[in-house]
Amino acid sequence: MGKINLIIDNKPVQVENGTTVLQAAKEIGIEIPTLCYFQLKDLNIENKPGGCRVCVVEIEGRRNLAPSCTTNCTEGMIVHTHSLRVLNARRTVVELILSDHPADCLVCPKSGNCELQNLAHRLGIREISYQGVQSTYRKDTSPSIIRDVDKCVMCRRCEMMCNDVQTVGALSAINRGFTAVVAPAFEQNLDKSPCTFCGQCVAVCPVGALSEVDNTPQVIRALTDKTKTVIVQTAPAVRVALGEEFGMEPGTIVTGKMAAALRELGFNYVFDTDFAADLTIMEEGTELLGRLSDFLAGKKDVKLPILTSCCPGWVNFLEHNFPEMKEVPSTAKSPQQMFGAIAKTYFANKIGVKREDLIVVSVMPCLAKKYECQRDEFKTNGDPDVNYSISTRELAKLIKMANIDFVNLPDAEFDNPLGESTGAAPIFGVTGGVIEAAVRTAYEVFTGQKLPKIEFTELRGLEGVRSATIKVGDLDLNIGIANGLGNARKLLNQVKKGEANYHAIEIMACPGGCIGGGGQPLHHGNSEIILKRSAAIYEEDRNKPLRKSHENPYIVKLYEEFLGKPCGELSHHLLHTHYFDRSTKIEIE
Amino acid sequence: MAKIKYHILCCGGTGCHASKSDVIMSRFNEVINEKGLTSDAKVVATGCFGFCEQGPIVKILPDNTFYTRVTPEDVEEIINEHIIKGRKVTRLLYTDPAKNEHIEDSKHMNFYKKQIRIALRNCGFIDPENINEYIAREGYEALSKVLGEMTPQQAIEEVKLSGLRGRGGGGFPTGLKWEFASKYQADQKYVVCNADEGDPGAFMDRSILEGDPHSVLEAMEICGYCIGATKGLIYIRAEYPLAIHRLKVAIKQAREVGLLGKDILGTGFDFDVELRYGAGAFVCGEETALIHSMEGHRGEPTVKPPFPAESGYLKKPSNVNNVETFANIPVIFNKGANWFNKIGTERSKGTKVFALAGKINNVGLIEVPMGTTLREVIYEIGGGIKGGKKFKAVQTGGPSGGCLTEKHLDVPIEYDTLIAAGSMMGSGGMIVMDEDNCMVSVAKFYLEFTVEESCGKCTPCRIGNKRLHEILDKITKGHGTMEDLDKLKNLSQVIKDTALCGLGQTSPNPVLSTIDNFWDEYVEHVTVKKCRAGVCTSMLKFVIDPEVCIGCTLCARNCPVNAITGERKSPHQINQDICIKCGTCKEKCKFGAISIK
Amino acid sequence: MAKIKSLADLKNLRDNMKSGIDLRERGDHPDALPQVKVGMATSGIASGAKEIMNFMIDELDKRGIPAVVTQTGDMGYCYAEPTIEVKLPGQDPVVFGYVNQAKADEIIEKYIKNGELVDGILPVNFRSVNE
Repeated sequence: MGKINLIIDNKPVQVENGTTVLQAAKEIGIEIPTLCYFQLKDLNIENKPGGCRVCVVEIEGRRNLAPSCTTNCTEGMIVHTHSLRVLNARRTVVELILSDHPADCLVCPKSGNCELQNLAHRLGIREISYQGVQSTYRKDTSPSIIRDVDKCVMCRRCEMMCNDVQTVGALSAINRGFTAVVAPAFEQNLDKSPCTFCGQCVAVCPVGALSEVDNTPQVIRALTDKTKTVIVQTAPAVRVALGEEFGMEPGTIVTGKMAAALRELGFNYVFDTDFAADLTIMEEGTELLGRLSDFLAGKKDVKLPILTSCCPGWVNFLEHNFPEMKEVPSTAKSPQQMFGAIAKTYFANKIGVKREDLIVVSVMPCLAKKYECQRDEFKTNGDPDVNYSISTRELAKLIKMANIDFVNLPDAEFDNPLGESTGAAPIFGVTGGVIEAAVRTAYEVFTGQKLPKIEFTELRGLEGVRSATIKVGDLDLNIGIANGLGNARKLLNQVKKGEANYHAIEIMACPGGCIGGGGQPLHHGNSEIILKRSAAIYEEDRNKPLRKSHENPYIVKLYEEFLGKPCGELSHHLLHTHYFDRSTKIEIE
Repeated sequence: MAKIKYHILCCGGTGCHASKSDVIMSRFNEVINEKGLTSDAKVVATGCFGFCEQGPIVKILPDNTFYTRVTPEDVEEIINEHIIKGRKVTRLLYTDPAKNEHIEDSKHMNFYKKQIRIALRNCGFIDPENINEYIAREGYEALSKVLGEMTPQQAIEEVKLSGLRGRGGGGFPTGLKWEFASKYQADQKYVVCNADEGDPGAFMDRSILEGDPHSVLEAMEICGYCIGATKGLIYIRAEYPLAIHRLKVAIKQAREVGLLGKDILGTGFDFDVELRYGAGAFVCGEETALIHSMEGHRGEPTVKPPFPAESGYLKKPSNVNNVETFANIPVIFNKGANWFNKIGTERSKGTKVFALAGKINNVGLIEVPMGTTLREVIYEIGGGIKGGKKFKAVQTGGPSGGCLTEKHLDVPIEYDTLIAAGSMMGSGGMIVMDEDNCMVSVAKFYLEFTVEESCGKCTPCRIGNKRLHEILDKITKGHGTMEDLDKLKNLSQVIKDTALCGLGQTSPNPVLSTIDNFWDEYVEHVTVKKCRAGVCTSMLKFVIDPEVCIGCTLCARNCPVNAITGERKSPHQINQDICIKCGTCKEKCKFGAISIK
Repeated sequence: MAKIKSLADLKNLRDNMKSGIDLRERGDHPDALPQVKVGMATSGIASGAKEIMNFMIDELDKRGIPAVVTQTGDMGYCYAEPTIEVKLPGQDPVVFGYVNQAKADEIIEKYIKNGELVDGILPVNFRSVNE
């Protein structure tokens, strides 16, 4: 790989062979505007269809303008990024996009955070010279995601995420020409497609074409209803990202401010999903040990490797794509649902509130959680264990709406008994964390000895598929980890073909795990943000006095007072579930 | 046994087939059997003769008698008179429109005189469903020569020396393209034939495949040998059922005799060809879009590089050429590159097939040497403008091309001169227009096509072309302004400058070239709201001359929208707000009182 | 169909197949070949024109002389039938009368092969109808 010399806007620059003009310009501080181009560098995710033509530049000797995102630098190239010809073309292209875009910015879910809006502002567009008909499509609302593709700019980022990264295949371009748009096959609704509601499409959509279902109105209504007791649980990944919505540095831990804000919002009890994470480890860890001892005892048909089941996007993916494996995952419910089940039984009982008068709200980095809490198997007489799930972004909106000065809030604590957690819980928010938490407990339960070293760094990292072997006493525990559903598919295919010999596999649907979830503050392609959230998660772990789930005194108490023993009868009833065959059959309406 | 004295060649191309040439053929066979002439005459189903205007065509050899517009009822007379008595059936002979004389011998028809048939050499001459007839015409000899006597590099050199350039539109030197593909190493490479002919009105490739499928197969094999590929794929639109049938027959026969498959001609060279069907999207003629479509993906282009030569079908090195390009290849080897490169001009060698259409007397498929002028094509081969009208423009290059005018008539047809004149060679569509064509409407027609056929991937093509079309529509409806003309110009330029693929980059050409050459017409449309060709109906105004109208009420009674009012026996009036410009009143008026303003 | 295994196979097949389309090949560029037109009106057929035509086609073929043999209507020389018109490349057509097999043989050998005139040429007082 040699070096290449070129000149961009009269400035000489030397780059590696294979560098695009866009990257080369960036290296010398020239930020060429882009729209469809998207990159999450540290996660090896890139979208460059070269379709929007916003990043065009003039290259001397070339007949037409070149898209800088897909044009590689060549020796001696002379590039102009802001010649009159380029500026006119770029402005015209953006005007064209705007001419086929609803001008309802004031009430758009992406307003203020919209890449197209920013682009129009940056280019100083004050009027749209080219007016004409606009393409319209029907709006599609699923339990998690709203598609308003009148706003689609055909950047294809969602399509890339859904197909190349997640291998879900729910979204692709349909139709031709002016009516071309990204949609499920046959323009069906998302909930009839193999969509897993992972929300990665929403996370990358530059405009308001894809957004989360907004559950804040229901939450506000519940909070103002005097007859209801409203409690909230917050997932681990929320506390390391929420601050971004208030201009705080990515990776800032805002657990205390968040608890304070939730209390100010009027929640009667501010609890923590982390408590349920510790509970999950008790159940799932016990289940793993049970299957392992069966296996070691030579039993046939032991379902190994055990697959984690915390992630609802992943569960949906399994049900759609690997229904033949539906007996394999751990039957333990996700922490969100374990929390709901305990809250509406144990806790409701404790405070003497009727089940139907207790409203459970979850704050999640995730959009699939909205779908998960609506599943029938998580309801008792039609009353869901978790009533409403809102995303990190929605919580930020609620806080802003309530005039709370988040940045300057003094820290507060979670309430008890469902607010206490160990360091094993926050790491659920990052890929590898669930399995690390499980190993911490499994090791001590299996060997009866204290862990010599709490942190299993061999299980950490952002690589898509990872594996490690952990010595647990005499046993070599083989662990597989996948983040991103495409990687999950790879790993599962290995298992199906008998190429892999894992005892346990952790799968998270979103790249990076929950810190990169579809409900998190938008990263706009800056993978640094994901790395910083990851670091913050591990910091949260280190800051905890207790770091193993089975040491959580409230968990111990819960078993003593209520559940009995892990995987016992009541646990089985409240904390475990089963899975369904949802392989997609296309029905054309 | 007496030798067969006559071959009765019946056109089995799609055009003549549509006008019952299959019935004509079976009728010939019937009559020949009835009259016991099986040892005197034989019927041959061939590919297209090119002179589709006059189809169904029956040509009798060896005397080259060219019968036009033949019906099944004519068959018996042809046999009785021509085959038995040796007298030509004069009424079926082609009539020279200029001299109003019958011409019995195709050799003397202006339509054929200036043509040189290389790509079409076997079309209308052999039975495309009989490999032996192809072999009799030196078929597969080029292949055996290449396999037996040449190294791949030598063969590539020969193609380079011939000067052959891609006939699909781009005009890229074919030999060079092969050389690129030959240089990439891979476990598998592919030869792809682009038979996704999509220009409106074009049927060059279809005719070659229908009339001479083996020439394409042979060329693909040669290409495979040159670039190191053993698999060939023909991407053909499913709307070409006859061509698909002929190809299937040809592939089957070639496999049967071992000219496709393993160890071809005992040289150890393996090659086979498969068909891939396209759904008829224009953009799939673009090679990267074509490859995606073949792979089962959405047919849309990707940015080049990488070129297919490096990463094509299934990410393997692939060489894509169109049908006509391939059809030239065997001739280049049989007659030599130095024979081929003597034909044509300095920078454009050989011939080009055109589908001649529009307001011209001789509509059909022609093949002329590069360098032939537009005037020769239109006035000599094409027989001039229909109905003695005045020539206005000729559109070449299909939706990606442009309109050329009177002043371009003496431009020699070659890749570079056509581009310099504001159009392009394209795949070979040539549509002639006369004074009755409104050039704004022509531009609108082509934009309508590109709007329909855009894949929607890039902004300028997806939205820009739509806006172009909307502005043109506004102008033809009489609502245009001078500002709209500025917008047209700027937008066209930006689309050309920024679109992703060839389709988008060339889509504004019909607008730009009509603006260049017919600016006055545009200005007339937007300023005085007049369409001189009378095509834009919303600008027409039907008026009744009160001096002439006698108030017979006939017009008012026939007006479908009751736009005409007036007392009996006094002059009537047309309410312009209601009038839909259907012209019925003008047609009905017995006194010539209604005129168009 | 038999496999073509070598260039020689291909050439053999081509040579065999060529005769099948020879007639078309010759018709495609008739001006470069001797053209023989046999008068084949009713009167001509009655006087044996058909046999002469078959003879000409077969013999020219046997002797390896590429030529175009066609029939034509009444040539206007009914008195001298069977008549044939022979046009050598680049020359005016010549009409022979009272052509029997021996005459035909002579025409092939002398006139068509070598351009030597033979007896029996009819005076050309008008041009052939097919001209």
